[in-house]
Amino acid sequence: MEVRVQNIRKEFGRYPALEDVSLDIRSGELVALLGPSGSGKTTLLRLIAGLESPTEGTIFFGDEDASKKSVQQRNIGFVFQHYALFRHMTVLDNVSFGLNVRPANRRPQAAEIRRRALDLLELVQLSGLEKRYPAQLSGGQRQRVALARAMAVEPNVLLLDEPFGALDAQVRKELRKWLREIHDRTGHTTVFVTHDQEEALELADRVVVMSKGAIEQVGTPDDIYDHPVSPFVYGFIGQSNCLDVTLSRGEIWFEDRPIGLRAASEPDGPATLYFRPHDIELVDGCGCLAGLVTAGRRVAGTRHLEVSLGRTQPPVEIELPPERASSTDHSRVAFRPTRWKLYRGAGDVARGSVQAQSSGIELAPTGT
Amino acid sequence: MALDIGPTPTSAPSTPVGAATSETRLARATLIALALGFVGLFLLLPLGTVFIEAFRKGAGEFLAALGDPETFSAILLTLTVAGIAVPLNLVFGVAAAWAIAKFEFKGKAFLTTLIDLPFSVSPVISGLVFVLLFGANSALGPILQSYGVQILFAVPGLVLATVFVTFPFVARELIPLMQEQGTSDEEAARSLGATGWQTFWHVTLPNIKWGLLYGVLLCNARAMGEFGAVSVVSGHIRGETNTMPLQVEILYNEYNFVAAFAVAALLALLALATLVLKTALELRYSDEIAASRRH
Amino acid sequence: MAPRARIRWQSRQPSVIPGFGLALGVTLTWLTLIVLIPISGLLWRSSGLGWANFFALAFDERTVNALAISFGTAFVAAIVNLVFGVILAWVLVRYRFPGKRVIDAMVDLPFALPTAVAGIALTTLYAPNGWIGSLLEPLGIKIAFTPAGIVVALVFVGLPFVVRTVQPVMEEIDKEVEEAAATLGANRLQTITRVLLPGLLPAGLTGFALAFARGVGEYGSVIFIAGNLPYVSEIAPLLIVIRLEEFNYAAATAIATVMLFLSFLMLLVINTIQSWSRRRYSNGA
Repeated sequence: MEVRVQNIRKEFGRYPALEDVSLDIRSGELVALLGPSGSGKTTLLRLIAGLESPTEGTIFFGDEDASKKSVQQRNIGFVFQHYALFRHMTVLDNVSFGLNVRPANRRPQAAEIRRRALDLLELVQLSGLEKRYPAQLSGGQRQRVALARAMAVEPNVLLLDEPFGALDAQVRKELRKWLREIHDRTGHTTVFVTHDQEEALELADRVVVMSKGAIEQVGTPDDIYDHPVSPFVYGFIGQSNCLDVTLSRGEIWFEDRPIGLRAASEPDGPATLYFRPHDIELVDGCGCLAGLVTAGRRVAGTRHLEVSLGRTQPPVEIELPPERASSTDHSRVAFRPTRWKLYRGAGDVARGSVQAQSSGIELAPTGT
Repeated sequence: MALDIGPTPTSAPSTPVGAATSETRLARATLIALALGFVGLFLLLPLGTVFIEAFRKGAGEFLAALGDPETFSAILLTLTVAGIAVPLNLVFGVAAAWAIAKFEFKGKAFLTTLIDLPFSVSPVISGLVFVLLFGANSALGPILQSYGVQILFAVPGLVLATVFVTFPFVARELIPLMQEQGTSDEEAARSLGATGWQTFWHVTLPNIKWGLLYGVLLCNARAMGEFGAVSVVSGHIRGETNTMPLQVEILYNEYNFVAAFAVAALLALLALATLVLKTALELRYSDEIAASRRH
Repeated sequence: MAPRARIRWQSRQPSVIPGFGLALGVTLTWLTLIVLIPISGLLWRSSGLGWANFFALAFDERTVNALAISFGTAFVAAIVNLVFGVILAWVLVRYRFPGKRVIDAMVDLPFALPTAVAGIALTTLYAPNGWIGSLLEPLGIKIAFTPAGIVVALVFVGLPFVVRTVQPVMEEIDKEVEEAAATLGANRLQTITRVLLPGLLPAGLTGFALAFARGVGEYGSVIFIAGNLPYVSEIAPLLIVIRLEEFNYAAATAIATVMLFLSFLMLLVINTIQSWSRRRYSNGA
């Protein structure tokens, strides 16, 4: 079922948790809400669920206004970070719970409830464990029970709050792949919250990047990574470097020299240059960024170099194939970004103000 | 004053969503009324009755009742018995908690159960066992008697019965507390060259002092208020072996209600003082007092 | 045999912390002197009675009646305490209202107030001319000097047990669990009866058993209000005292042994409930 969030505002006391958020989630889509803690992503999820009610705004499930409905009436499936399994019930009773509490006229026969619950346990690969109690399961198994329990009510939308947050790295990776498979098989409209960008980019059809109670960007993982619309997204997703630069007659200057990048339509003045460590090429001679390699470490198939460009700037990080970088250790290196972006105004990522995105401009990569 | 019966903080005011994890106003009010009614009927009303009855004929009668020499000797006896029994159980409680919380040994669980045993024995039986041990038709009684040692119907018997009844209090408070604190502090002290006693006085004792006080408080309240066990061993010799609770019974059975309630009021004041101290300790040092609130 | 016995009481792991021998020595000596010898004395005296004599004394009509009254009234009082104890704990944990702190502190009153004081106060209240007794009398309800009076006294004595065992468990209920039930469509009543209360069952049962055990052995608060009519409102501990006053040590010993045995049984039940719930539910966050 399609879910539309329209101009939602939510305040806790006087503290605004969400400010004028709108979002369309298409039917059958797998959407990630991604952001640092305090960005409002969990609040948004709980508003969709009906566990919180908005201060202002509406939420539509299909064409129906769901904001007036209680959480019980919305028929959603919610998976909690800490599973929230009923510990005095067996796995089977946990999964059947949503069907068992239905009013008599909508409740399936006992045998039918059992059959459905067992089917779901098979789907989440827990067949044979139906008589166990939650305390007798591992963390990963508990989370799968929680998912089966949420799916048992045939929800309009499946909502997951940091579903893998409490699990260790190995189990996380497995469950991530497995959740994608389940989604592809069942086709539930699914929204999950995460602060792990890798998880969001790997799993989701579309990623919603949030910061400070607002949506920064909505897009496919490729969009988000390749075309970040704001310094916040650039800084939050993947690795990035930022440099204070100056624009002068369409040319980008770093400290006292031009670096061979052009932004012809931009007026003169200070700006911030963003580029990812792997989006660079080594060049000879001048008209580029150059500095001393201060540290280098090998990470799997690439070598990461820390380069000190000037006294006033923190070092930047670049990534090179190991064979090209070996000779440049502890020496001078000259390079030029191949994909980059320029932001005007309050460009610092750490202070990443939202207004900065309005003056951000995308420039065609030069060189390549 | 308007009754504020909101749910405990965190949840937002009455939105339709509040219904997810809280009850309707009516249900809340009903439950609070039931709980308060129950507490009022079974706790507050009896407590109030004690003081009302004690002062039924005015403060003069109340004071006169307390000035009675028999009552006075009962007060003295109660203080004596508690004054002996509580320190004995204090030493025992610390020793037991030290052994059980700081060391691993076989039979530890069994030992813990044995320490709890007096809690599950009827007070009357707690007195009876000493009557059987030291009574006239026992093996020990006549022998001790021939040496002029009187246990039953005398202070030693009262102390024994009281020690038995209050046996677990201090140990029970300290064991969970000391288990939670572990042994690393003591190990650190030892590694820095402290002797065993120095470790205990300067490291362990400061860590457990509030828990210890808490246990002593409960132990003392029970020691001064015990009725069944001391009733069996006391012999009810007026002015000699009657503790305050026994004096209450005697006065009450003689229809001397004002005097009975006057002594009862003193004991009730002791109970209230215990509760106030206990609550104050819980509020200020809750993390330094055993987490288990069971008794 | 001797070396094995020594090993049993040695600390399993060598420890730098001193005083194991001293502490355990004091503990065992004191435990033996104060608890073990006296209780063994009772059992030894009881065994000296011989089976036939023991059964005759322990199960004569008056004794059986007294035991039935003790256990019956303690059971009813524990049920009352279970129901109201859970409500009281719920109200104290979940709601705020004026005087909550005081009420919370007052719950422990029965632990602190001497039983004899409680006994005479309750008797005064529930006697036919007392505040509550005079209200009930026109309705034909008699509390004091009947088994109902015993129940009232035992409700007072056992009141803190259920509250204090259930309260900490209630405080730790994860809010997510309630939200989970709501998202699955359960209304508030279903969430409480199917999810929250079953989770409190082990704690509730433990509190119930503790209140019950305490009620069975209770003496001081009961004898004033009970009326102490043989076969009607005479409790087992009182019968022990009566037999003692008659110098009938054999009968007193026999009744005490039966009660002691039943107390141990209840202790066992309590421990079983706790270990069962620990095994099944712990770590089940």
